[in-house]
Amino acid sequence: MTVDFTWMIGGPQGSGVETAANIFSQVYSKMGYQIFGKREYYSNIKGEHSYFAVRISDEKINSSIKGTNMLIAFDAETIFRHADDVLENGIIIYDSTLENMKVSDVITFEHDFKQRLQSLLNSKNKLDTVSGILELASENGVSVNSVSFRSLLTELSEKLENPRIKNMTRMFNVLGVSLSLGMLQIPSEKLTESINSIFSKKKSIAELNVSAANFAYNFASAKFENSQFNFPSKSITEETMLVQGHYGTSIGKIIAGCRFQSYYPITPATDESDFLERNEILQINEDRPGSTLVVQTEDEISAIGMAIGSSLTGTRSSTCTSGPGFSLMAESLSWAGINEIPLVITLYQRSGPSTGLPTRHGQDDMLFAINAGHGEFPRIVYASGNVSDSFYDTARVFNYADVYQVPVIHLLDKFIASSVSTCKKFDESKITINRGKLLDEIKSENYNRFEHTSDGISPRSKLGLENGIFWNTGDESDIHGHITEDPVVRVQMMDKRQSRLDHILENIPEDEQIIKHSDGEICIVSWGSAQGPIIDAIKMLQNDGIKIGFIEIKLLNPFPKNLLKKYLSDVKTIIDVEANYTGQLGSLIRQNLEMDPDYYILKFTGRPMTCTELYESIKKVVNNDAEKREVLTYGA
Amino acid sequence: MALKVGDFKTDVHNDWCPGCGDFGIVNAIQMALAEMEIPRHQSAIFSGIGCSGKTSHFINVFGVHTLHGRVLTFAQGAKIANPNLEIIAVGGDGDGLGIGAGHFVAAGRRNVDMTYIIFDNAVYGLTKGQASPTLKLGEKTKSLPTPNTNYNVNPIGLAIASGFTFAARGYSYDIRQLKDLIIAAVKHKGLAFLDVLQPCPTYNDINTRDWFGGEDRIDEDTKKPMPRIYKLEDTDYDPVVHFSDETELNQKKTQALVKSMEWDSKIPTGIFYKNELITPYTRRLTDKIPNYVENPSALQKISKNNAPITNISQILDMYKV
Repeated sequence: MTVDFTWMIGGPQGSGVETAANIFSQVYSKMGYQIFGKREYYSNIKGEHSYFAVRISDEKINSSIKGTNMLIAFDAETIFRHADDVLENGIIIYDSTLENMKVSDVITFEHDFKQRLQSLLNSKNKLDTVSGILELASENGVSVNSVSFRSLLTELSEKLENPRIKNMTRMFNVLGVSLSLGMLQIPSEKLTESINSIFSKKKSIAELNVSAANFAYNFASAKFENSQFNFPSKSITEETMLVQGHYGTSIGKIIAGCRFQSYYPITPATDESDFLERNEILQINEDRPGSTLVVQTEDEISAIGMAIGSSLTGTRSSTCTSGPGFSLMAESLSWAGINEIPLVITLYQRSGPSTGLPTRHGQDDMLFAINAGHGEFPRIVYASGNVSDSFYDTARVFNYADVYQVPVIHLLDKFIASSVSTCKKFDESKITINRGKLLDEIKSENYNRFEHTSDGISPRSKLGLENGIFWNTGDESDIHGHITEDPVVRVQMMDKRQSRLDHILENIPEDEQIIKHSDGEICIVSWGSAQGPIIDAIKMLQNDGIKIGFIEIKLLNPFPKNLLKKYLSDVKTIIDVEANYTGQLGSLIRQNLEMDPDYYILKFTGRPMTCTELYESIKKVVNNDAEKREVLTYGA
Repeated sequence: MALKVGDFKTDVHNDWCPGCGDFGIVNAIQMALAEMEIPRHQSAIFSGIGCSGKTSHFINVFGVHTLHGRVLTFAQGAKIANPNLEIIAVGGDGDGLGIGAGHFVAAGRRNVDMTYIIFDNAVYGLTKGQASPTLKLGEKTKSLPTPNTNYNVNPIGLAIASGFTFAARGYSYDIRQLKDLIIAAVKHKGLAFLDVLQPCPTYNDINTRDWFGGEDRIDEDTKKPMPRIYKLEDTDYDPVVHFSDETELNQKKTQALVKSMEWDSKIPTGIFYKNELITPYTRRLTDKIPNYVENPSALQKISKNNAPITNISQILDMYKV
């Protein structure tokens, strides 16, 4: 890795931090670099602190690091929160008007944070002002550069002879990103190109922003010395996409033929439904246009109810939610289970319990997904590790739902949802569609929906199909779907449903159940979005000559215990890595394999793991210096 | 071959109490389906939980016996995905107006073209007679330990306030009128609500068949009971909103609301309100998805020889570096 650079911009929510980061990410991706960006924000509409950290590299990267190389700040809070986190030889560009702002002037600080910050500044004998913390950064070896954002606007306003520009502080975001690109000597045409593409729907706004950007860019390249960071342009060797976190499941649903999605708004799941509705009319090869019906319901109970109703018509149907919403779906999930309904629930986890940290990351809901709903019924719980995987996995989960006639809970999380990254262009040719035993025609007049078969899965009719009349009930039922309380039929039906769990383990290909990323006597076992930081940490350890194995479990229910046992047979030390308090995967391993992972590396601050802190903790394990339970805490 | 009422009956044993008002409703639904000659495979009964929830098992069309309070959610999902289906949702008053009240209101806002029938007996029968949302304040039915402490919901009024475009009331012992009301509800273009007064012979000892029939109040002259039930169609009441005009709409809604509050001495049945000038949900979807009705979700092809046929290249190109 010759280039590994992290750039961060912060500001109050609503100030365009995300747009600035998108511009930055586009510029570098157009130059042929790999991107991994993450967004952090409060549960708030306007005013609270948000920031975006974008990491760029010439090699594939899958996570963030500890610290940042360059920080752009046009408000005091960003400086207070992140200045101390800029790495040695790093750069800060900040708005000079902020210098005398005090810690107590920032009304959005939580009380506890304010106290921690003040005692840090006290202990270092610094004033509790922006200047104070910048001095500290300077002593850490950071180059601190002031620019009056206000004056930039005034000068631009005079140049363009447009007095209104003087007060357009909402352009601070574009000024900030352009100043940094000017300082870093990035080709300015990439900046223009990116702004035009981001504002493509609003031409006049695009023009104004391009003028502002070029003005700030030229200002910075004239004023500042060249930084020591170099970014040679690279040739783009494979078709690459720059994707937001929800693109994988959204586009995955479209290609997989999901034609009905009901949802109730909830962070961080809503973006997916929004995407589907924006793209509701679909181009179909050699056929008339298709469409995805996206229905915003009155609550999550209705969302799952409607999706089940739609599924009964033979439509591939799903709902998308987060923990609190999924809690409300539990009763209907059980109904879907007993009625053998193919259904996909896309579950973007966030940090609980209850409302918890509503806009922050967590992998807290895996055991809940496995156990939600009263009674015993089969379901599949499947987890994706990154955006690209989630595209292919989405097609898989719809196949699983159809083939095994079970509800499938597809686990993702806020870390994936609010990441922006480059990845290889999604490859449609890898997608297959298997609708299992769904019938298009029934000739016989003796159709029974829940007929016994050797694999426990019955041919499936749909509402509207001639000769295919069936009944459903949440009660135990006979082969027709009529209520029964007969003890013999009860046993037959429980066997019919539950037996498919073994069938699922036997029939889903091994490499869809578990991915063995690497071998090693010390081996990490994990699931979901912890994948990215783990892969990057392992690479860092490799550079130190340390080999670490990594097994990612994708199929979490039914649990592939025999396969995992096989993969772990030569492993001496097992480390469980996940973003929750209790080590939920560890408890599945204890339950299924009757062994306890040797170490747990856990993080539950609501912030995603960085590869750096993971690297440090694994190294402790290697050096026999780790606690059984290592807890990671980095991140603002 | 013409369909007969018998074609819509299943051989499932009906375990409702003898004398239950629900029998009349099931019969009326079967008669209505036969009279409308809807092919059996093109209609579906969705039901909630409780005695009324079992209805779907007794009718020989697709039957989906759902969850307590949730019947409208399942039914709307099916109807939206396949608008060619004729869907009737049924459930009790506790189901629809207690635990399911949120869905009731939201369904009104959507105005999906289907029918919802509430079996309204003012008690929770299957759990042994607790007070339901339509039981009047202070009333004490047989199995209540103390009189009811809640005010009652007005089903017709709530339906109109929520946006249902058809609101009617039937009586389970007038099967002929009930059958006609069901047909009118099914044919209505939009969401139709039908509140059916249905005496629970086991737990509601106040609103009994005799009470509705006025057996407790004998006309001094004729020496005959004076029934409480009367039919709106026998009066000059006009429930239809004829043109899109605020005054017309307000007048029709107001008169329906006032009518819906009549109780005790005079209880109206029939159509209270009918408005086909509000766009049904189908139309709202067609406005944004022009071929929605011809090519709805349930009928779309999504693959050929196991390969997807959706063309996503335009979407992917938007995000290409």
